Amino acid sequence: MQLSIPFSPDQASSYSGRVDALFAFLCVLTILFGAVITLVIIYFAIKYRRRKEDEIPRGVEGSMRLELFWTVVPFLIAMGIFLWGSSLYFTMYRPPDEALEIYIVAKQWMWKFQHLDGQREINELHVPVGRKVKITMTTEDVIHSFFVPAFRIKMDVVPGKYSTVWFEPTKAGRYHLFCAEYCGTGHSRMIGWIDVMEASEYQAWLAGGAAEGSLASSGEKLFQQLACNTCHRSDAQGRGPVLEGLFGKPVQLSDGSTVIGDENYIRESILNSQAKIVAGFQKPSIMPTFQGLISEEQVLQLVAYIKSIGTKQPMEGGAAKPQPPTTQQ
Amino acid sequence: METAAEVVPPRTHYVNAKYGVKSWLLTTDHKRIALLYLASVTFFFFVGGFFAVLIRLELLTPQGDLVQAETYNRLFTMHGVVMIFFFLIPAIPAVLGNFLVPLMVGAKDLAFPRINLLSWYIYTLGATFTVIAILLGGVDTGWTFYTPYSSTYSNGNVILTGLGVFIVGFSSILTGLNFIVTIHTMRAPGLTWFRLPLFIWSHYATSLIMILGTPVIAVTILLLALERLAHIGIFDPALGGDPVLFQHLFWFYSHPAVYIMVLPAMGVISELVANMTRKNIFGYKFVAFASIAIAVFGFLVWGHHMFVSTQSVYAGMVFSILSYAVAIPSAVKVFNWTATLYKGSISYNTPMLYAFGFIGFFIIGGMTGLFLAALGVDIHVHDTYFVVAHFHYIMVGGTIMGYLGGLHYWWPKISGRMYPEGWARFAALVIFVGFNLTFFPQFLLGYMGMPRRYYAYPEEFQVLNVMSSAGASILGIGYLIPMIYLIWSMRYGPHASANPWGAFGLEWRTSSPPPTQNFEKTPVVTWEAYEFHPREEREALGVMDVLDRTLRPDLNVGDRG
Amino acid sequence: MATHAGLAHHFDDIEQQREAGTLGMWAFLVTEVMFFGGLFLAYILYRSKYPTEFAVASNSLNVTMGFINTLVLICSSLTMALAVYFSQIGNRRLITVFLLLTMVLGTTFLVVKGFEYHEKYVEHHVPVRFPTYEFKWEPHGSDHAGAHEASSLAVDTGRVEMFFWLYFAMTGVHALHMIIGLGILTTLVIMTRRGRFTPEYHSPVELSGLYWHFVDIVWIFLFPLLYLIGAHLHR
Repeated sequence: MQLSIPFSPDQASSYSGRVDALFAFLCVLTILFGAVITLVIIYFAIKYRRRKEDEIPRGVEGSMRLELFWTVVPFLIAMGIFLWGSSLYFTMYRPPDEALEIYIVAKQWMWKFQHLDGQREINELHVPVGRKVKITMTTEDVIHSFFVPAFRIKMDVVPGKYSTVWFEPTKAGRYHLFCAEYCGTGHSRMIGWIDVMEASEYQAWLAGGAAEGSLASSGEKLFQQLACNTCHRSDAQGRGPVLEGLFGKPVQLSDGSTVIGDENYIRESILNSQAKIVAGFQKPSIMPTFQGLISEEQVLQLVAYIKSIGTKQPMEGGAAKPQPPTTQQ
Repeated sequence: METAAEVVPPRTHYVNAKYGVKSWLLTTDHKRIALLYLASVTFFFFVGGFFAVLIRLELLTPQGDLVQAETYNRLFTMHGVVMIFFFLIPAIPAVLGNFLVPLMVGAKDLAFPRINLLSWYIYTLGATFTVIAILLGGVDTGWTFYTPYSSTYSNGNVILTGLGVFIVGFSSILTGLNFIVTIHTMRAPGLTWFRLPLFIWSHYATSLIMILGTPVIAVTILLLALERLAHIGIFDPALGGDPVLFQHLFWFYSHPAVYIMVLPAMGVISELVANMTRKNIFGYKFVAFASIAIAVFGFLVWGHHMFVSTQSVYAGMVFSILSYAVAIPSAVKVFNWTATLYKGSISYNTPMLYAFGFIGFFIIGGMTGLFLAALGVDIHVHDTYFVVAHFHYIMVGGTIMGYLGGLHYWWPKISGRMYPEGWARFAALVIFVGFNLTFFPQFLLGYMGMPRRYYAYPEEFQVLNVMSSAGASILGIGYLIPMIYLIWSMRYGPHASANPWGAFGLEWRTSSPPPTQNFEKTPVVTWEAYEFHPREEREALGVMDVLDRTLRPDLNVGDRG
Repeated sequence: MATHAGLAHHFDDIEQQREAGTLGMWAFLVTEVMFFGGLFLAYILYRSKYPTEFAVASNSLNVTMGFINTLVLICSSLTMALAVYFSQIGNRRLITVFLLLTMVLGTTFLVVKGFEYHEKYVEHHVPVRFPTYEFKWEPHGSDHAGAHEASSLAVDTGRVEMFFWLYFAMTGVHALHMIIGLGILTTLVIMTRRGRFTPEYHSPVELSGLYWHFVDIVWIFLFPLLYLIGAHLHR
């Protein structure tokens, strides 16, 4: 499945070859189908060309069998293509559990990359070959789209939520990154590079890096700076839910429903604290909203921090005790 | 074909019945309204084409050096808006449909002639707003107007352009209403549903889409305008809204809209294939029902434009499987047209050449749709030139070929004159070559990764872009040639008889051009849709074949025999 | 068959004309359903996302005025139906009477709506952001018992605003259709006075009746969906 097709970019990710294979199959199908019809038309057009101005042929009305044949057979082929495409789609759009995490904040007209260990890059992302990479991204303004032709991957970045994409680079090299959703004047300039490096080179590059410390440690600093820790205490004495051990686990909400405590949940809770209230905590929530007060990158730092404490156990005393509802003034 | 000397044109017909600008601008004759539309859509075709020329000139070089980025963005947006809303959607229905639907069903006019005229005025009003928007600098959001760029960030004339599109939508709705009511209630005696020409079936299906889909884009534009003017927050995540909701609302209309653009062309092709091979369309009922199926299924697949939009993977799968379902009726039509050729008597005149061209282009355009419906492949080619090539194969290679084929086929009926066949075949060939050269390289560019709406691109894409631009210049010449000779023929072309092609259809049983009231006497239909009989059978059945009229050019005023 | 004065030249007979007109009006009403449908879809989506805010915001609407308007419109459908009946039997005077009554009721609806909109404007519930006027949401004061409970519910101003723009968009588009309806009715009154309608030809009255009933039915949906969803908060 590694045969490459003409006019295609490098096959540089673990599923590039699979996409090319399906594409090649579709090309062959098109050529076959097109050739058969074209040849039949040419043959008929010549054999049955009008020889006298006033000739009228005898009619051939129709054939139920032919109609069924050329309805059912294409339908079955189409279903086959659908299944093939869907299975590929599931692979491409289901991020693996274990992966190197990168965050992206897109804005008009640049890509801002953030490595977990604190490295920041603009428009050029370094990743190691042979490791799965999972990207969580959002945008500060309009919809953009993260597109790496060599990896055959694309995903829109939409304001107000996180979207995720993953890939596993299989070949070292420098590959185009394009913005693939029209976003204004600088859309054609919102391009960059993905640098896939051999493992050793990548380590070397990482070592040269981040003066400010890891993303999670920046998040921890911000957590204290913004006084989050006054309510979200790890000893369950605070007025907000404990955040240790929260990430990735189900959270019971006050309306009875349950959500998974993922990146989108954390982001929403920071920017719109009234959106989802944890069960047992008072309504309206006394958590202030940080919408407009912190940038998307700062949100990502907080998310990274909360993720990093997600593996910790909450301290003795178990889960946070719900506070009795206080009257609102 | 008869010589000019033999053909006597009718004394009065719809063109010379009344003179004066007022008689044209206040007409309620569907044939005159069709010509009003012809003038309008032709004008906008060249406006949109002009923008295309500039786009392809810019893309000759990898750098953005012809125009500024902002200008380029406005160019491709206005190219899309003008071509889609002011040319492709109205062209065949409002020109050929308006002219032919009453004739084909044996009626004196459409059900609501004054509403027909109103629809042209509404078109013109919408067009005026759009032209003003263009003159004020246009808009740069892409014809898809995605939020939040269009609602919050763009500093172009979004609302003005939106107003133009909103208004022209009502023109579409009124045309669709008129066709549906006419086809249901005004068929000539004896003209049952399954005796109708397939052109009518296609236009009926198209009209269903027009009346059901267009109101949704109207509401969508209204919401976008409210968002832009008053910041109500429907599409703004900071205010609790959802930008992807816009995409759902937009594509709910805009996907069926592409079937509004292609179904009428398919109707034309059915007429051309049947009449140019002098055989009933193979599987007539299947082709008729396929039109309805396309209209119905077309409403269920809008999400295939949004596979990478962060919509859920399950939604993606539903839309993908339905998109394959909608492809099947189109394939069935292609097979039936091909089968019609079997044992036919195939003429190579210009309309048939356009029909052949349509079928070829439609195969490529349609099959590449299967690529796009395949989820795993679409992730890679979405928003690249692959998509651009796909839809241009269908809309230009399909619809415009159908439009030109129909225009040439019915030109003698509309104008009473024949166009010069040699020039026409030459132009068809030029268009065929130019089109392929323009758009085939774009498939390759797309798979290589060149995104849409880029005015500057990496060096490695240049060769294919140059090929595409070269093709565009040839294509442009190809489109200019028919403009010239069709206008020339209106004055200098040889007169045409009632039925120069020896074709079936009530429109061929009245003079060329027809009288204002279409028929001297309302026809009574006792024959099937394309009931061609060879001579021996005619004699055995004792029927007079309608074709005999062509061999007696003096009989060029409609008369049932 | 005699040629009727109302028979248009392109129809074979009055029966065909009537059939065409009726089908045309029904098809047009289908397009109206699709048009309003987009707004109803947005309503359904956002209400299911933000049920609390929608209930609380709905609570702030004037149910009394809404109810009066509902009664007014239902009565106007009755008067319209009577106008159609009298056109079928050819009583010119009563056609005019009932058309005028329908217009009076329709105008009443619009006047009441005007008062409602004004009330909303004064309370700063119009969801716009201009330099001189901005949307403001405060929970209602102590003017009814439910206020306390309503205000203790978690509400997000942005979501409340969502309700209000839907309210204005849906009732605004509806009001626009009412105004157009009044124009149609005016035309009908003029045509009636000129003696254009007979028991054989009165389809403009019938078809306009269809339109009027449609606009009425849209309101029957709007009223509970906009005004009554917060009713359970009145305790």
